[in-house]
Amino acid sequence: MMRPLEPVSPLLRVVLGIGFFVLFVAFWAWMTLGGYVNRVFLADPFSMLRDGWRLLVEDNFALDILITVWRVVGGFVLASVVAVPIGIMMGAWKPVEALLEPFVSFARYLPASAFIPLLILWAGVGEVEKLLVIFVGSVFQLILIIAVSIGNTRRDLVEAAYTLGSSSGGIVRRVIVPANAPAIAETLRLVLGWAWTYVIVAELIGASSGIGYMIINSQSRLATGQIIFGIIVIGLIGLISDTAFKALNRWLFPWSLA
Amino acid sequence: MTKLAIENVSRTFAGTHGGQPVKALQPANLSVNANDFITILGPSGCGKSTLLRIVAGLDRPSTGRVLLDGREVRRPGPARGMVFQSYTLFPWLTVADNIAFGLREKGMPEKERREIVASYVDLVGLKGFENHWPKQLSGGMQQRTAIARALANDPEILLLDEPFGALDNQTRGLMQELLLGIWEKRKKTVLFVTHDIEEAIFMASRVIVMSARPGRIKSDVAVDLPHPRLYTIKTSPEFSALKARLTEEIRVEAMRAVEAH
Repeated sequence: MMRPLEPVSPLLRVVLGIGFFVLFVAFWAWMTLGGYVNRVFLADPFSMLRDGWRLLVEDNFALDILITVWRVVGGFVLASVVAVPIGIMMGAWKPVEALLEPFVSFARYLPASAFIPLLILWAGVGEVEKLLVIFVGSVFQLILIIAVSIGNTRRDLVEAAYTLGSSSGGIVRRVIVPANAPAIAETLRLVLGWAWTYVIVAELIGASSGIGYMIINSQSRLATGQIIFGIIVIGLIGLISDTAFKALNRWLFPWSLA
Repeated sequence: MTKLAIENVSRTFAGTHGGQPVKALQPANLSVNANDFITILGPSGCGKSTLLRIVAGLDRPSTGRVLLDGREVRRPGPARGMVFQSYTLFPWLTVADNIAFGLREKGMPEKERREIVASYVDLVGLKGFENHWPKQLSGGMQQRTAIARALANDPEILLLDEPFGALDNQTRGLMQELLLGIWEKRKKTVLFVTHDIEEAIFMASRVIVMSARPGRIKSDVAVDLPHPRLYTIKTSPEFSALKARLTEEIRVEAMRAVEAH
């Protein structure tokens, strides 16, 4: 019997979660091996695995994976280093918000992918351009979400701190920042997922390495097995980094879950 | 010797969306002696919390001024410690670190801090819970921590805004005894806002009764019950007489408040 909002046992949760993956792959295998779709356009799961193995062993695909991971992490760290302080300042100090909020809201809608031609003109097709694409795609989103959570800091906590003798700087450093640290970490986790989208787009254009480069390269050879393998690798890395990020947040902020 | 002087303090809130301005508090005058325990009693919406927030410096009066030790209150500060009705412990700090918060803001070295914290943990009966997060505590324990946090800062005056309002009846009774016991041991000037008549009498050396909106101070009743007070005093004839009198005064105000809406 299912009841609304009733929790599910941990074992059943794992079984159901894995079960859907199995179902999905089974459907895929049935469609391709059963001959319902043309093999030219969609490889079956077994040839996908074979192609993937060949990529790793013969084409040094592990290096591409490493390069892509480095680009995501590099661009994302760059964006975070800029966005976290600005977001905190915008949320805490209303004149800063009045100054920057309209521009950031505007810039947030500028599609990062549309900047790629411009960024190639400015920075060439090297690593700097890849990092900049991710930076442009993430930084404004981060600033805005962080500013909003900072702005929603519980006022009664701020008032309590004032009656305990906090100065304005003390309020920001010892109330506003720690109160929002879990929300900021959660925002970073969310936007890291988006950064993966930008890196692949950046690697589809003007790149000579990386997962995205391999994918666009495989397209011209109709190697759909390789393309799907590349996409699955991205998904797996995303899943791993997301889980790691969640575990890190739990470890850093035990008070928010106690 | 006057510790706190409230002189002609009134508060009018600007109307929202072009509406009429709301008069929350009519000019109030009150003089509080050092080490007095004053309870401010009134129906909801009588401006008693507004008055307390003005004393704390969290709100500014529309007219008049508040003087603490002869100095005008303009902003919140450590001289006026406050305990709120809502649970305002810092959730990212342990019980001990919450109590130490004000001392840390003062820049007191850690060793001194630890001694003071230990004594207040003891005073409010939270030994063994020093390293708990606020979320792991019951409502009563959270408010005990909040009282310890305010007192550890050694404020000139302690302000409490319906601190036990969200607690169940039994816990509330125990908390009243705890706070009164602390006050009897370590004299302190206290301003305590409540809408609970029994609570107001039990704790107070003076009960200030406030009228319904717009709030104003209606009467000032001395409570001469002996100290130390135990919960048994709540059934004494003197207590009952005071309760009957204040019940009548508050009832009139509560009815006026209902009719006004």
